[in-house]
Order: sequence, then structure tokens, then C-alpha cells
Amino acid sequence: MAEKKNVSRRDFLKTSGIAAGALVGGGIIGGVIGANTRQDTAAPSGGEAGQSGGGGATETVRGLQFFKNQQEFAVLQQATERIFPEDDLGPGAIGLGVPFFIDHQLAGSYGENSKEYMQPPFEEGEATQGYQSRLKRNELFRQGLQKMQQEAQSRFEANFVDLEGEQMDEILTAFQDDEVDMQGANAQFFFRLLRQATLNGAYADPIYGGNQNMEAWRMKGFPGHQAAYINDIESEEFAEIEPHSVGDMLS
Amino acid sequence: MATTLDKVDVVTVGVGWTGGIIAAECAKEGLKVMGLERGKERSTEDYSMVHDEYRYAIRYELMQDLSKETITFRNSRNQKALPMRQLGSFLLGEGLGGAGTHWNGQTWRFLPYDFEIKSMTDAKYGANKLSSEYTLQDWGITYDELEPYFDKFEKTAGISGEDKNPFWGKRSSDYPTPAMKKTPLLSKFETATSNLGYSPFMMPSANLSEAYENPDGQQIGACQYCGFCERFGCEYGAKTSPEITVVPAARETGNYDIRFNSNVVEVLKEGDRVTGVRFIDTVTFEEFIQPAEVVVLTSYVMNNAKLLMVSEIGQMYDPETGQGSLGKNYAYQILPGASGFFEDQMNVFMGAGALGMTIDDFNGDAFDHSDLDFIHGGSISMTQTGSRPIASNPLPPDTPAWGAEFKKASIENYTRTLSVGSQGASIPHRDNYLTLDGTYKDIYGMPLLQLTYNFTDQDRALHKYITERTSEIMQEMGAKTVVGRSPISDYDIVPYQTTHNTGGTIMGGDPATSVVNNYLQHWDMENLFVVGAGNFAHNGGYNPTGTVGALAYRCAEGVIKYSKDGGSLV
Repeated sequence: MAEKKNVSRRDFLKTSGIAAGALVGGGIIGGVIGANTRQDTAAPSGGEAGQSGGGGATETVRGLQFFKNQQEFAVLQQATERIFPEDDLGPGAIGLGVPFFIDHQLAGSYGENSKEYMQPPFEEGEATQGYQSRLKRNELFRQGLQKMQQEAQSRFEANFVDLEGEQMDEILTAFQDDEVDMQGANAQFFFRLLRQATLNGAYADPIYGGNQNMEAWRMKGFPGHQAAYINDIESEEFAEIEPHSVGDMLS
Repeated sequence: MATTLDKVDVVTVGVGWTGGIIAAECAKEGLKVMGLERGKERSTEDYSMVHDEYRYAIRYELMQDLSKETITFRNSRNQKALPMRQLGSFLLGEGLGGAGTHWNGQTWRFLPYDFEIKSMTDAKYGANKLSSEYTLQDWGITYDELEPYFDKFEKTAGISGEDKNPFWGKRSSDYPTPAMKKTPLLSKFETATSNLGYSPFMMPSANLSEAYENPDGQQIGACQYCGFCERFGCEYGAKTSPEITVVPAARETGNYDIRFNSNVVEVLKEGDRVTGVRFIDTVTFEEFIQPAEVVVLTSYVMNNAKLLMVSEIGQMYDPETGQGSLGKNYAYQILPGASGFFEDQMNVFMGAGALGMTIDDFNGDAFDHSDLDFIHGGSISMTQTGSRPIASNPLPPDTPAWGAEFKKASIENYTRTLSVGSQGASIPHRDNYLTLDGTYKDIYGMPLLQLTYNFTDQDRALHKYITERTSEIMQEMGAKTVVGRSPISDYDIVPYQTTHNTGGTIMGGDPATSVVNNYLQHWDMENLFVVGAGNFAHNGGYNPTGTVGALAYRCAEGVIKYSKDGGSLV
């Protein structure tokens, strides 16, 4: 459990071989000094994984940027929690803030497909040709979550959020196996997107709103942003290192 | 109407490794060079907050904006090509440094066998080793002829390595810097491959083992093993990139300018000469003409081919007749390998993009293929590049992809999994080629490039054979469970595989079967040069950048010669 420190400014200069003057004005030296003097503020362990709101242990004010309808957001919360559930290792998707992460992503360039080629004509192709829908990710998510709710009604005559875990899994599996009809899209693609977005939210740097208190990194043994491992990489021992956010570099 | 700018001696289309090398060499000789780069300026200072997997590795911060331009794809000629709407199989770069900014830094010289693959294969195994569907050909240059240019590139880049591989070509000098650190994980691979009778050595790396000043006087830092190389820029200036080496070297001459946000859409020609290029300012959409004595296409494989096609320079390849060379011999790379699940936790998150050990016992023609139904092979390596938590969720066989079991297994195995992988050679086939798409257009109104590509029987056989070798190595390394990669069937453009696309503007000794000669000078237009991995007549068993760098130095020499003497250089 040795607590590893970030590389010191002197070590950085020595090992990287960059002349001291060369980086004045660049971000590196300031950031390294900052990281070195800053106390670790993160709680050592998550303790309370939020059961309803996904707030985690911090006091951050949270809200929705994309979803307008709280019922849709509640379906998203439960679906992501089934994909990445709370267990004895630590929090699940809700406790990590994943639903908020996804909401915020859907409101921005990810949800709007800003960097994707969205010119017509749209035609259905072979699976090897990749996604060909005219729907943007945020449209696909809304439709997919609505379809999950409809599946819950038609299969179990209940709201998705009121189902037993196994029943939710049955519906998620139907999407995974492409057995649900969607309009202008396919259920399997939506499921894969939802699964990937859940992992993105769990493990992305906490600056994006998920991975609350870096709990997912702690569970996995990933130390997040560290300036250097040059002094550790030849060690035979597994290094348990308190994680840092890349936000620490912002001085 | 387009605004015509002042004429320059040399214009390059794109400023990555090839554009930067051409610029540095020509500007040092006194030629006035203009680099047109469609992306933005960027430098080491932009990477102080780069340890962000989501932004850079998952959301592709440094990659091409496909909303402006992409390619279309189909597996075979009887399918309709559809646009690659999002990045997947390969990651096209954009901006100063190009893919040379977000690369890993694994820097190889293709084997002597690669450059004379047709002659050497025929001589050893007879002319019918592969069927005539495989459009294998020599490169029109030998390893020995290219060796000085490899040497030059490695010195510019400061490559860290050791000359301990019995299977590669003879080197005129040792690596400029010593090999990287041999970590405990790499030692596992070294011991296992030695036990099996193979010859492991440290992978040649552009993440430098120590600080280095190159012959141009440019400084490269020492790698800190932070584990964020591929898809990232380096905050230490320790992963050699064009923007910290050849670009500043060119700028210091006073003979070099770069114009950013400048997307070239056409090479202009008059008779049998090119006169310059037409480009669009991507901010204002104003149109400009940049006249030049010499035009050098230095963008990625895809755009070099596309620019020749839309400018109607050269003869398009026709897969029906086999005639024509432009677009011919597109190749990719075959990726056999095996994962191993171990008992103990390992420091898999530490690393560097080119931190690895390799064996070449199954690369090129190092092993006898008489009883095998394929040629060539691939380098086999274990790398420690830095595993990151979004992308790395290793699962033993029969584990579900989500839910409680998934969570436990992926967390358990994240620090307990290693893989051994191969960069397998890709042999060209008559049905794998590039052309222009008839339906889809880019944001400037030009047709998209169309890719027709599928794996072949040669690829499937190579994949199976090398995967078996990698599984044996993993077994010897002591994994409790070994899982070889599944056999390949059809090429799928969705999952990431590799950004080692090659061909389409191939080099060679015969104008009928190649686009450029061995100075990368166009056969039809002697003041036009085209350089990059598009020149590869097939793809070898290594990462391409070392060979691309050598070809760029060869090309620069050609441009300088041509600027003095004119005429065809061969």
C-alpha cells in the first residue's frame, strides 16, 4: 500500500532532460509543482453509493442538461445500474454518477454526432459497413429508453423502473439480441451504445461527471492521471497508487 | 474566384512526418517551401492535460472530423459502398504532425524480403506459391538502397533500440539511443520466447530512453513511461513527432511557411506538368491557388490517392482487367495474437507506446513456408503501452458482456491480463483497391474515396498460424488461461484494428504497374511527388512509420535533385 508521490520537479527536469527554461510558459512544470504540493482530497472509499439520485458522496449540485422527462432518466438510471451494478467491490453506475455523465454527453457533441458523417442517402448496409442510421445518438437514446418502457409494459404490465432485476435483464437481453423493433435504427446497436456509454461514464476522468470520487478507478486499480512511472516501472511489486484526476493539472 | 498566391519552389499537401521531412530537407537546401495543412497548429504545450482517456482515446480528440470528409466502404464489388459514418477500424489523423502526433512510436525498417518479395518468393517457392489473384510485386528499390534513408530517419527521430535481431537487414550504424527499460513484464516474454528457442530483442522506439539532440539540433525529451501514447500527444516532448523535430528544423531556415486550415481539393496541371494546387480555407471557405515548381502529396494514404483521382492524374486501376495502377494494392494488416490471464496483479497501467519486446522468427521469410498455404508472417511482440480502464475490460471465455459477473471479472482481470500480438503482413489482392465513390461527397463537394476490401485466404491462413505461435508463447509465460484470437472471416470496419493502411499510390520499377518511381516521383508528371505508406506495394509485418520516414528522405533527395536538374530521376 505504499503511497506513491508524483514525480518531483527536480526529478522531472533530471529524467526528461528538458532544460529548466524550456518549459516556462508551458503547463508542465506548474502542474507538477501543483500536484506535488496538493493534498489528496478524495475520500479513501466510497462508503455510500447513492441509491436514488446518483449523487455519490460529494455535495455537487446536479441536474439534467439533455433529458426533460424524469421518467426517461429513471429508466436510464436503472438500465445502466443493471449493466454495471453495485456490489461488494463498490458502487455501480448510479453511485458513480453514470446517468448524469450520459445525460451531459447527450447534450453535447457526442449526442449531436458533430464529428460524424451524417450526409444522405441513408441506406441499410451490411453489418461490416457500420452504423448507417440517420438518427443522432441523443435521438437514439430517447427512443431506446422509451422502447424499454414499452417492453416493460407489454411483457410485465409495469413500469421499467418497478421491475425486478431479472425482468430488466430480460428486456436488456432482448435489445442485445436485436429482438426489439426500433424506428430507423436497430436495438442491438442501441444496446451496444448504452453499454459503452455506461463504461465511459464509470471510468472516464471525474471531470466529466461520472466516476464519482474516482471510485471506479480505485475498484479497478487504475491510478488515473500520474505524471510519470519512470521510477516505478522496473519494480516487481504491484503498485497501489492513490488516483488523481487530470483536473489536478489545471492551475 | 480563387485568389492566386505567390509561387513557391515546393508545396506540400499536409504537414505530418512526410510533409515535415520534405520541408526540412528542401528548406535547408534553400528552396522556398509552403506546407498546406488542413488542421490546426499544435505543440507540446497543448498536452499538459492529455491524460484523459475519454477525450483522446474514446472521443478521438486528435482525429479527423468525419463530418467534413470520410471514405465509403464495401467488402466486395457486388455490394454498395456506404460511408464510414464514425471512426472505428482505423483512426485518421489531422492537424500539425498528422498521425505522427498520436502514434505509439514503434519504429521499424521493413525487411530486405519485403522490398523484393515477388522475386524472392518466386525464386524460393516457384511462381505459383500464391494464385494470380494476389497482385504481389517488388517495390523497385532494395533494402540496401534504402538503408541510408532509414539511418537518417532514425537519427532525426533519435530511435531507442538494440541491434540484436538476427532476422532484420544489416544496419550501417547502431541506434542513436539505447533501448528502453526492460520491465518485469517484458522479461516474462523474453524468458518464454528464449525457452522456445526464439530470439527476443527490445522493440525500436520513438519514446526515447534518454534526452537526445538530433543532427538538425532539435531536442527530444526522455520518456517518463506515463502510459499515454497512442491517440495522445506527448506532454514531455519525449515521443518523437514532426512538430518537435523536422517542422522546427524547417522553420529555422527562414525558407518555410505553414498555412493552417487549408484543405487542398485539387492538384492543378497543364500538359505533362503540375502547376500547383487549389485549396479551400476551412474557416472562411475562400478558395486559393498556390502555384509551385514542385508539388509533393504528403497527406495520409487515403487523401494522397484521392487527390490524384479527383485531379485525373494517372490511370485508374481496373479490377476487371488488372490494368491501371492508381488505387491498386490497397493493403491493411492482419492481427493474430493471444491473451493470457494470470494470478497476480501487474503494473499494466504503466508503460509507453513502443515499450516492448519482439521476435522476428515468424516474420518475412525467416521460416520455411514450403508446407504452408501462405507467405510472409509478422513480427510477434509483447508491449506494455499502458492499459486504460474504459477500453481495457479483459474477460475470460464465457463471461457475460455486462452485469454483475462482467463487473467482477473485468475488474479482477484488468491488472492480471497480458497479450502477445503480431503485426501480420497483408498481401495485396486484385479485389482490394481504392477508387472514387459515385454517390457520397465531402463538405467541399468532392467525391469521397471508396474502399473495397476484404480479408483473403492468405490472410486467414497467416492469422491462424501466427495465432497458434502466440498462444504457445503465452502458455510458456505461465498464464493460467490462454485465449487465442478468433479466426478472421470478413473485414469489419467497425471495431478498431490498426491505422496501418497502405497502397493505392504504389512505387515500383514499371510505369504500367506503379504510380511513382523509386524517388516517389510520379511517372506521368515529373514535378509531382507522392509519398507515404500509399507507396507500399504490400504491407509488411511491422508498423509502417520507419519505412515511411525512409521513403520521405528518399523523396526529399529526389525533389532537390529535380529542382536542380529537372527530368525523370530514373
